[in-house]
Amino acid sequence: MHPVRKQRLILVLVLVVLSSAAVGFVAYAMRGNIDFFYPPKAFAAGEVPMEKRIRAGGCVIPGSVQRADDSLDVQFVITDGVAELTVVFDKILPDLFAEGEAAVIAGRLLPSGVLQADQVLAKHDENYTPPEVADTMVSHEACMNGGKI
Amino acid sequence: MNWQWFHRLGSPRWFYQKTGAWLPWLALASVVLLSVGSVWGLGFVYEHGQQGNSYRIIYIHVPAALLALAGYYVMAISGAIGLIWRMKLSFAVMRAAASIGAVLSFICLVTGSLWGKPTWGTYWEWEARMTSMLILLFLYIGVIALSHAASREQSADKASALLALVGTVNIPIIYWSVNWWNSLHQRATLRVIEESRIDPVMFYPLLIMIIGFYCMYAWTLLTHTRTLLLKREMRTKWAQDELLGGR
Amino acid sequence: MEFQFANLSEFLTMGGHGIFVWVSYLMTFLALVGMAIYPRIARRRLQSELLRQQKNAQRRRRAVSERTATKAPDLAKEPA
Repeated sequence: MHPVRKQRLILVLVLVVLSSAAVGFVAYAMRGNIDFFYPPKAFAAGEVPMEKRIRAGGCVIPGSVQRADDSLDVQFVITDGVAELTVVFDKILPDLFAEGEAAVIAGRLLPSGVLQADQVLAKHDENYTPPEVADTMVSHEACMNGGKI
Repeated sequence: MNWQWFHRLGSPRWFYQKTGAWLPWLALASVVLLSVGSVWGLGFVYEHGQQGNSYRIIYIHVPAALLALAGYYVMAISGAIGLIWRMKLSFAVMRAAASIGAVLSFICLVTGSLWGKPTWGTYWEWEARMTSMLILLFLYIGVIALSHAASREQSADKASALLALVGTVNIPIIYWSVNWWNSLHQRATLRVIEESRIDPVMFYPLLIMIIGFYCMYAWTLLTHTRTLLLKREMRTKWAQDELLGGR
Repeated sequence: MEFQFANLSEFLTMGGHGIFVWVSYLMTFLALVGMAIYPRIARRRLQSELLRQQKNAQRRRRAVSERTATKAPDLAKEPA
């Protein structure tokens, strides 16, 4: 290879490595801000600020969803396999919201440790299976262990 | 090592005359595969257990995303070859890959947004996967814009290639974002080392669509590059003959 | 492998998801068609640009040769 071209090749490689390293360091420094939500264990450890809009994500524990008879009010508990967090919400839930599936909830943490939600999003997993194949037991267990968040 | 073959590859005329015969086959393969895959995916595969019919968007969302990411390396590597060997052809490939990559990332973002509403309950959230994919679209647009910015074609090409190279760091970030950070987007369904997380019956049309998108990518990359070469070589006799011949 | 929908209207509505699915496919179709035909349009534009350039060059050449043709006798008549 011609020496001038070899020099240009080295310059190109240096450019790619340095710019990648710079972006990598910035991403590493901001890693907490890049997370879209806090898992329930961060709430249990007191790492989540109060009176500020934050997001929580976790598995909706099967059997924990309680709906009011006369309003849209709903309460449920999410988990990441380590800790649990109670969520209250007063609007319509997304179609794919389900027990044993993950959800991402935006809202404010009340002093009582309950999350007052203003938005609930359904988070689905990466498995593409037809209706009859989904094994509910295995699926719920994976969810409860934090496997879907 | 003998580099002669490599330098001949850099001749716009040689490239133009060599690739012409491949175009009809690539076009035919793209149209057939994309039609078969779409009809199959839209009507002849059962619905998803939780998502119902909205998941049928996967048959365009995933192939578009794959090609938008893979195409970035096509653009960046062509740019690097252009910078190192000062090859006209590779800058033309880089510029063509930028246009096609922009279209593919736009398709990926729009179909993802339309898929997000019925499944997640939102068109858009500023989470890592979506934001890094939006940055990819802006990088493609940036490369296109820079190629228009300088009055001298050579310096415009160099500037575009530098931006393309700096942006390569975004590709692993997009791919791994769902593993590195908590995100709304689920993890990868198609896996290289492990078994993919998709039912085989649902996978066949997806495979056809992915191959179809690869053919479409190859076909349009060639046609865009060829037209760009004619434009850039318009002063030469061979380009004028190509433009005015066959009329 | 069989068609999954009972009739055309079910195929179009897709249980309420039809609008999202069909808009996605339509948008993708249009974008891909645009991407495929763009080189054809650009090529046609280049052709007409080249023809215009050639015509201009021809006209210029003719004008120059006419001028020299008409001016040559004038020059000859002019006193030195």
